[in-house]
Amino acid sequence: MVNKYMIDAEHVVAQLNQGRLFDFSGGVHPPQQKSLSNTTPINTIQEPPVLYIPIKQHIGTQGNICVVVGQHVAKGEALTQSSNPFSVPVHASTSGIIKAITQHPSAHPSGIPEMTITLEPDGQTQWQLMPLLTDYTKVEQVVLLERICQAGITGLGGAGFPTHLKSNPQKPVECLIINGVECEPYISSDDRIMREHAWQIKQGIDILRHIVKPKQIIIAVEDNKPQALNALKTACLQDNGITITSVPTKYPSGGEKQLIQILTGEEVPHDGLPIDIGCLMYNVGTCFAIADAVLHGKALVQRVVTLTGQALAQPQNVWALLGTPISHLLDIAHYDPSKQLVKKVIMGGPMMGFTAVNDTVPVVKITNCLLVPDKQELPDIEDERACIRCGLCAEACPAGLLPQQLFWHSKAKEYDKAQAYNLDACIECGACAYVCPSEIPLVHYYRKAKTDIKHIALEKEKSEKARERFETRQARLLADKQAREEKHRLAAEARKKTMDNKGNDAKDKIAAALARAKAKRAAAQNNPPTDSDK
Amino acid sequence: MQFSLSSSPHNRVRRDTGQVMRMVCYACIPGVLAQTWFFGWGTIIQITLAMLTAVVTEATILELRKKNVSRGIRDYSAVLTALLLGICLPPLAPWWLVVIGTFFSIAIVKQLYGGLGFNMFNPAMTGYVVLLISFPISMSAWLPVQTMAQTSFGLFDALSLIFTGFTQTGYNLAQLQLGIDGITQATPLDAVRTGLLSGMTYSETLSATIFSSDWGWSYGWSSVALAYLLGGLVLLQQRIINWQMPFSMLLGVILTAGFLSMLAPDQTGSIIYHLFSGAVMFGAFFIVTDPVSGSTTDKGRIIFGLLIGFWTVIIRTYGGYPDAVAFAVVIMNIAVPLIDYYTQPRVYGYKS
Repeated sequence: MVNKYMIDAEHVVAQLNQGRLFDFSGGVHPPQQKSLSNTTPINTIQEPPVLYIPIKQHIGTQGNICVVVGQHVAKGEALTQSSNPFSVPVHASTSGIIKAITQHPSAHPSGIPEMTITLEPDGQTQWQLMPLLTDYTKVEQVVLLERICQAGITGLGGAGFPTHLKSNPQKPVECLIINGVECEPYISSDDRIMREHAWQIKQGIDILRHIVKPKQIIIAVEDNKPQALNALKTACLQDNGITITSVPTKYPSGGEKQLIQILTGEEVPHDGLPIDIGCLMYNVGTCFAIADAVLHGKALVQRVVTLTGQALAQPQNVWALLGTPISHLLDIAHYDPSKQLVKKVIMGGPMMGFTAVNDTVPVVKITNCLLVPDKQELPDIEDERACIRCGLCAEACPAGLLPQQLFWHSKAKEYDKAQAYNLDACIECGACAYVCPSEIPLVHYYRKAKTDIKHIALEKEKSEKARERFETRQARLLADKQAREEKHRLAAEARKKTMDNKGNDAKDKIAAALARAKAKRAAAQNNPPTDSDK
Repeated sequence: MQFSLSSSPHNRVRRDTGQVMRMVCYACIPGVLAQTWFFGWGTIIQITLAMLTAVVTEATILELRKKNVSRGIRDYSAVLTALLLGICLPPLAPWWLVVIGTFFSIAIVKQLYGGLGFNMFNPAMTGYVVLLISFPISMSAWLPVQTMAQTSFGLFDALSLIFTGFTQTGYNLAQLQLGIDGITQATPLDAVRTGLLSGMTYSETLSATIFSSDWGWSYGWSSVALAYLLGGLVLLQQRIINWQMPFSMLLGVILTAGFLSMLAPDQTGSIIYHLFSGAVMFGAFFIVTDPVSGSTTDKGRIIFGLLIGFWTVIIRTYGGYPDAVAFAVVIMNIAVPLIDYYTQPRVYGYKS
């Protein structure tokens, strides 16, 4: 079944070389605002006075903390470890002393506290490097996967899926796709890293090529980043196996499913993964990090973060250590709170980013941007108005959904109907809410519905288990009861038998008595009774 | 420092419901001007009356429902409904007609169903249908195009007629309707219908007085239709409405009218006649495009429009009323949930 939809890498590349691209349905064109931050090189900044390193920064399970408070750690030293394949370690972003291991507000919409290691830098920046694997082509793939995992690399594009898991596909890889689209407005971290570090990105791609053995490699960059595109072209000049494509600017063309559709014309099956149609996709930043880990022995301890928005006097891109509290970055970009009506910092872009709860929230592996808008820039919405069923949302939806039906059913908590309208297929890109004239926070409703559905499923599973437990117990009790009754019955039978036996004795006795009496009478007839016999 | 929280997306298109409704109102201007030019001040007076009634009714009911009144009024949906209804009414119909119709549209059809976004029927058209069924005489009292009328009248005559039933010089509406030949002149749709019913052929009906003028074939009505077409194209260009519903409705009219004229040549109106008479052009761009009561899927919109076009011609030809856009729209409003259900788009990753 799956092979039916498998793409043909040679065919795809031939089409790309002819300039043939596909389009995905829907999409929107929000103002780009990239030039606010993309004109200056990535800034190397001073270390913050303190780092808050959450022990789980990826999708999967967290590792076990392997350091103690007061311990001195080197830059790049692992702070957690685990043998669980779904676990990725986190590392000390710089050398220093572990000050605390406590709950700390997380880089999550809820800001819910998470186990976090507080590290105080010692200012020495002493690296603890892993052995270099410079000649990686002579190294077994499993060693490279192990290295990628040990370096703490997860997808840096947004989802944070462990890279070593993704890089071990069980199916043949037709196309390795490198995603440099960066379609979210304002964000320019990938743009800058492509412009400045195209060569190292190419090295990362080569390592991936060695690991996953794709038939073809495609790099896709949105056409609003010509410098990045040129830099990559220069870096890949000698390499015939790589096709570099510029894709039209449209949000969300950088979404994994949408980019695959643009490049190949094929869709990822709803119940499958890109690898099911032969695609594997990595973000350019992830490629950079892979090269760092393999060729330089460096764990993932920093990433490029875009600091942007009209409330920042000096918007820019910086190399931020993982765990840097956002207050430090806001200072560097000269945040002016008076420019905002309500103080607000968006982690990520304007379409899919979330607001940080406070300024101690740390930069984590998936933090690509801090957007600090002024009061006119991204005004807060008033209360939502009634849906007028205009259908603009359906036109904007890149997943081909009917957002207003989803909204209707989500709001009414008719989750079975919401699921019948394929709520799961929603990628939460925000295009529907972006165009909604009634300013309905549609995505918010979908998230709520999805969470509720998950909870309901969980509850159901729980109650199912409870029911099973109950039924097992009932069965056990019944069995016990039956066993007991059986025992009682047997015992009763035995008693009865004994009783019967005893009863027989009695009859015997009666018979014996009668016999005796008879004998006596016979004897009396023979010998006439005396008075004493009466 | 604590930050304020909000949910993504954080930026939005700066075009809200109120703006959308206002743009539709503005797009009606060419049509309303043309209508005023050909049929006198009555149209403007009716629209004004309807808007006043609509806003008062809407505000009262929002207040009763304990909703935010000024916010509700500012979405301009009531104003638009009133405008659409006012356009459809005979220009010199008595004032109470427009008041009753508008009240019904806003209070019953819209607010009783839950207000903006929840009404399953098109408010303006349902109001119109109620008036047409309840007051058929007043609702068909259209005057001939002004230049053809025997008696000309101005703004004050129109006001006086609407509020008192007589012009300043003492004519009533029935007298004004009488043509040069002393025959009551209704709309071209009426004339053709009556003609066909009395055994004339379509071409014979066209020779009736109502069509004869220096300008040729029913120029007043067709000019008004063209003016609404112009406004509709602006709405399309501004992406306020989709192409699916207007064009599929026009296609529905063309196909049905074409089929009927093929079936019985000269016994029914021609395609052009159907397209440019009555409310077809206005309906295609301003009525069927009402998002609330219409279909919401691309395919559904095409089916919705096609069938409205179909019913319009069928009811015009075989029904008891000369024009039928309102009936067709209300009939198809009922079918919208069904159409929407069966025309869901294919979702990404699902093979059809």
